[in-house]
Amino acid sequence: MMVNKNHKTNNDVFIIGVGMTPVGEHWDRSLRELALEAMTAAREETGAMRPEAMFVANMLAPALSRQSHLGALLADFSGMRGIEAVAVGAAGASGGMALRQAYLALASGMVNTALVVGVEKITERVTAEVEAALITSSDADYESIHGLTQTVLAAMLMRRYGFEFNVPEHAFAGFSITAHANGAQNPNAMFRRPIKLETYQRAAILSDPINMFDAAPVADGAAAIFLARGDILPSNLPFPPVRIDASAAAVSAVAVHDRPNPLSLAAAEKAARVALERAAINLDQIDFFEVHDRYSIFAALSLEAAGFAAPGEGWKLAESGAIALNGQIPICTFGGSKARGDTGGATGVYQAAEAALQLQVRAGDIQVVDAKIGLIQSLGGIGSTAATHILSTVETL
Amino acid sequence: MEITSHWRIKKQRYALVGEVCPHCSAKIFPPRDICPECGDEAKDHYQFSGRGEVYSYTTLYNAPAGYEEQAPYTVAMVQLEEGPLVTAQLTDIDVKEPEVGMPVEMVTRKLGSEGDRGILIYGYKFRPVLETA
Repeated sequence: MMVNKNHKTNNDVFIIGVGMTPVGEHWDRSLRELALEAMTAAREETGAMRPEAMFVANMLAPALSRQSHLGALLADFSGMRGIEAVAVGAAGASGGMALRQAYLALASGMVNTALVVGVEKITERVTAEVEAALITSSDADYESIHGLTQTVLAAMLMRRYGFEFNVPEHAFAGFSITAHANGAQNPNAMFRRPIKLETYQRAAILSDPINMFDAAPVADGAAAIFLARGDILPSNLPFPPVRIDASAAAVSAVAVHDRPNPLSLAAAEKAARVALERAAINLDQIDFFEVHDRYSIFAALSLEAAGFAAPGEGWKLAESGAIALNGQIPICTFGGSKARGDTGGATGVYQAAEAALQLQVRAGDIQVVDAKIGLIQSLGGIGSTAATHILSTVETL
Repeated sequence: MEITSHWRIKKQRYALVGEVCPHCSAKIFPPRDICPECGDEAKDHYQFSGRGEVYSYTTLYNAPAGYEEQAPYTVAMVQLEEGPLVTAQLTDIDVKEPEVGMPVEMVTRKLGSEGDRGILIYGYKFRPVLETA
C-alpha cells in the first residue's frame, strides 16, 4: 500500500508545543523549577493543554540532587496530579528514549497526549563529583573502577581513529567551529560567541588528543515537547504541527572494550537505518541532522553511522563545510552540545525541540532554508544507546 | 563500602580469569557467560596470559571523585594476545612514552581505596614489556 505522506492520519504523532530554558549554570534554580519553566512553555503553545501522560528524561538527579522518582515529582510540582508520569533513564540518551516511549504510547492509541520533559541539574556539585556521576553510564566493574571518565574514553577513540585513518592534526576543528557559529545565534546557548580556527588550535588539551573545544560543557537546563495524536489535534494551534515520521532505538555494548569495532557506533547505525526504513526515505532527503556532539569524535562517528560518510571520513564533512547551515548536511543547527551546552539526559529533548523549531521556520538567524525533514540522534554513554527520530513538516495539513 | 562487589570479581582483577567458549573457542574477557561471538553458553574458565599491546591510550588530568590523588594518570585499552580488549591504567611508563601498538604486560597494583579507613582495591594495570638484557 502506498502511503500518501503529505496527508496526516489519525495514528500520526505530532509535536505541537516546545519549550526550553537557556542552558547554563543556573545557581538560583532547582531541578523542578527548571523543568516547570520548559513544561509551561511547551504547554502554552497548545493553549495550556493538560497531557494524559508525562515522560521525564533525566540521567543524574539521583546522583547529584539525591532525587529520584521524577515522574511524580514533576507532575505534582506542575499541578498535574492524577496524570501518569514516569522517568526514563538511558544515560545521555534518556531524552531520545523518553521521546520514543511517548511516541510508542501515542502510536498505540492508548494515550492521546503526552509531555516529554528533559531536565538536568549538573552544577549542584564540583567537577570531580560530576565526572564520577557521568561515568556511572559506563561499565562500573571493568571501566569506571580504573578511574576513567567519559572524556578519556572519547579521547582513546579519537586517538585510535586518528591512528587507523591517518587523520591530519586539527581535523576535527570544523565540528567545533560550526557548532559555535550556530550557537552564537541561539538565545538558549551557553556559549554565544563564534570561534576561529586559531582558537581551536591553541586550546588547552583535556586528554590528548581531545582539547577544550572537542568536548561539550555539561550544564543545567530543561526542555519539553508536547505530543498529540493526529485525531485529536487542536484546530487553532499557533504553529504548524511537526510530525514524527519515524522512531527507532538500539543498544550495543556498554563497555567500549566489549565492542567488535570500537570505532563503529553500532547502535547508532542500526537505529538510523531502521528509522530511515520506517520513514521510507533516503539519506539525501534529510535536510538537517541533529547530532549528539558530546565530543567532536562522536559527531564524526555519528555521521558515519548514519551513512553520511564512509568509516574514517566523517571529519571530512566538517573540513569541507558540508555540515554548515548552508551545507549539504547541516548538523547541530542550534549549536549542538558543544555550544548550546550538554544537559545530560535532557539533551535529546533539546534536539527534538530545536528540530521542531527548524521545521516550523522559527529558527531565526540559524534557520535551515527549506527544511522539510530533520533527523535526530540521541546517544547514551559512549554510543551504547541510540535513539533516532525523523521529523517532518506536513504541507497539506 | 562495596566489599562484596570487589570480592566477587577478584579472579578477574588479580589473575585476568575470563572464559573460553566451548562451542566456538572464542576467548572472553570480562566473563559474561554468553559468548559474544556465537551466542551460546560459555562458562569455562580461561586464564589470560596478561600480554598484549596498546590499542589506544590517553592521560587523564581531571579525575573523578575518589581518584584525585592519583591524577594525572594514563589509561589505555589493551588488546590481549588472545583477542579481547581490556581497559586499565598504564604504569611504569616514566621510562617509555606509550604509543599505539606498544607491547605491554599485566601487573597487579593498587587501583584505589574507599577513603582513609576503607578497603584498598587491587587489580590489574599494564606496563611496557621490559627489555631483557
